[in-house]
Amino acid sequence: MTVMEQRGAYRPTPPPAWQPRTDPVPLLPDERPYRVLGTEAAAEADPALLRRLYAELVRGRRYNVQATALTKQGRLAVYPSSTGQEACEVAAALALQERDWLFPSYRDTLAAVARGVDPVQALTLLRGDWHTGYDPYEHRVAPLSTPLATQLPHAVGLAHAAHLKGDDVVALALVGDGGTSEGDFHEALNFAAVWQAPVVFLVQNNGFAISVPLAKQTAAPSLAHKAVGYGMPGRLVDGNDAVAVHQVLAEALAHARTGGGPTLIEAVTYRIDAHTNADDATRYRGDSEVEAWREHDPIALLEGELTARGIVDEDGIRAVREEAEAMAADLRERMNQDPVLDPMDLFAHVYAEPTPQLREQRDQLRAELDAEAQADADTGAAAGPEGAGR
Amino acid sequence: MTTVAVKPATMAQALTRALRDAMTADPAVHVMGEDVGTLGGVFRVTDGLAAEFGDDRCTDTPLAEAGILGTAVGMAMYGLRPVVEMQFDAFAYPAFEQLVSHVARMHNRTRGAMPLPVTVRVPYGGGIGGVEHHSDSSEAYYMATPGLHVVTPATVADAYGLLRASIASDDPVVFLEPKRLYWSKDSWNPEEPQAVEPIGRAVVRRPGRTATLITYGPSVPVCLEAAEAARAEGWDLEVVDLRSLVPFDDETVAASVRRTGRAVVVHESGGFGGPGGEIAARVTERCFHHLEAPVLRVAGFDVPYPPPMLERHHLPGVDRILDAVGRLQWEAES
Repeated sequence: MTVMEQRGAYRPTPPPAWQPRTDPVPLLPDERPYRVLGTEAAAEADPALLRRLYAELVRGRRYNVQATALTKQGRLAVYPSSTGQEACEVAAALALQERDWLFPSYRDTLAAVARGVDPVQALTLLRGDWHTGYDPYEHRVAPLSTPLATQLPHAVGLAHAAHLKGDDVVALALVGDGGTSEGDFHEALNFAAVWQAPVVFLVQNNGFAISVPLAKQTAAPSLAHKAVGYGMPGRLVDGNDAVAVHQVLAEALAHARTGGGPTLIEAVTYRIDAHTNADDATRYRGDSEVEAWREHDPIALLEGELTARGIVDEDGIRAVREEAEAMAADLRERMNQDPVLDPMDLFAHVYAEPTPQLREQRDQLRAELDAEAQADADTGAAAGPEGAGR
Repeated sequence: MTTVAVKPATMAQALTRALRDAMTADPAVHVMGEDVGTLGGVFRVTDGLAAEFGDDRCTDTPLAEAGILGTAVGMAMYGLRPVVEMQFDAFAYPAFEQLVSHVARMHNRTRGAMPLPVTVRVPYGGGIGGVEHHSDSSEAYYMATPGLHVVTPATVADAYGLLRASIASDDPVVFLEPKRLYWSKDSWNPEEPQAVEPIGRAVVRRPGRTATLITYGPSVPVCLEAAEAARAEGWDLEVVDLRSLVPFDDETVAASVRRTGRAVVVHESGGFGGPGGEIAARVTERCFHHLEAPVLRVAGFDVPYPPPMLERHHLPGVDRILDAVGRLQWEAES
């Protein structure tokens, strides 16, 4: 049976027999963001999962801090930090199965790393030595997407292709609140719903699109409500509650995996840092707002649960922090080494089969580089051993 | 060479046959677009494919070009070989971001790990009396985008051969179909196995000695007609059909101009910033000492595509081409 046959052929109904095609009520999100931590439901959470989430959150926070420091040392061109949003990043990676796919945006380096991408390779785009530093097929992580929301239709297409092939593969696409205003967001959700593609959209509503607050972005009751217009369920979740995000994601992924189609999830969170190291957030928001969100920190929330239930003690917390420090030290050390660049790479991958025009330009650059090397050698020879060592 | 019984076939039929053969040969080939399923496309190029291969192989998509191309990207990431139809040239613009920011760059971005073998079919050009937004020649945009191949047939046989090659290519191809040639006929036997033409090779459609008309797509038949008419003036014009704008066949073009010493580039696209400027520069760089006159361009005017009742004034025609040939400084020869 084809996908379209499963859907059932839609035909305009002759007047006056109009009726809604689907009941919108079950698609509506909860009135308030779903929470687990601090509620009775927390007691039912699997301790092993909590420990895993906690370790990844601490590691993720340390990664954000280290990467931001690397921008100040000139080792990264730019870093859009996800500090404050680690619960979403980590839960996204952990909720997926090995065979599933992740479609991150440029702020989701952490999700890629939590899924297994090498921490240095994940930063290639932001260091600027290439556009993507990892093979997307190795961990099934698409390249970090810079043009907003453009990765969403890719996730839909991949999920649809996997579905057509009969493979048990689900795609998870990440996008921000600003990205929901893009046309690609609309088109991706519409295609996903029409095709019943096994895809989940996770919107991290962090309050700002650079400087523009959500109030200027949309008049929707919530971003999760947008799902209803496409005929898919919308879920609203506390984006700083790692356990809640993980649970809602796991449910949506299972729903997609078993033929239920797509889900739109809005995770309400907050971008604690500026948009990037190049941004000045004091121009558009006050400290009190940031401080209020710091009180709702994803790590502190989970740590509270873990210690209250005795799942980890101080030694356990120290071990997690030490592991994160070791990761940061390794990242620092490796990022402090200059990347090896080959200018000829500019031409190597533009096409599977390079055009004659690019071959000519490649030869031109090769000749320029050879002449440069020759001139350096000549200068070095003329200047003697001292010159050579400069 | 064996002779086969040949009957006239249209370019549209050859394209349909190419799609059907590609889908038969490779289950990864999927056709998708607006109205390509039940209707068979507004130009009927996908006629019968949904019935033969099913809705999942020839898919009527929602009406959203960025979504069509964007989902095709994801399908290609998963190993499929999507052939996307943009209904008309000017309707392809919503897909421009996906094309430029992802389709054209993914191979490079991932150092070749993630090729995107996507073919984007675009009916293009004027001459069919289409109202606004139905007659653009948008090839210059695509040519200016590194990472894309830009291919356009002018004959029934090439429509088949180049489309098969485009679908088989691991590089993304913008396949521009001259819509006023959809119904052009040629002796072409759809029952016989057909040749797949390599991408990037121009051909000499008409050999000549005194000047070269460099052209492609919808302007090829016009140039051939002009070449016939030019005989009365004593000019023996060579006509080069580029077939592929990217990659560009410098070799064939330069060899022709070195032989003839004169060249006119002819296309429907506007002249300013159009393909002709690039082509004229490339010819001049390679053939300067063989040239008897500057390389001239006959192009569409630099105006938004005219309404149907005025388009004949816009499109390069035989007279305008012959005028240009007449300005190739013949007097200097004697």
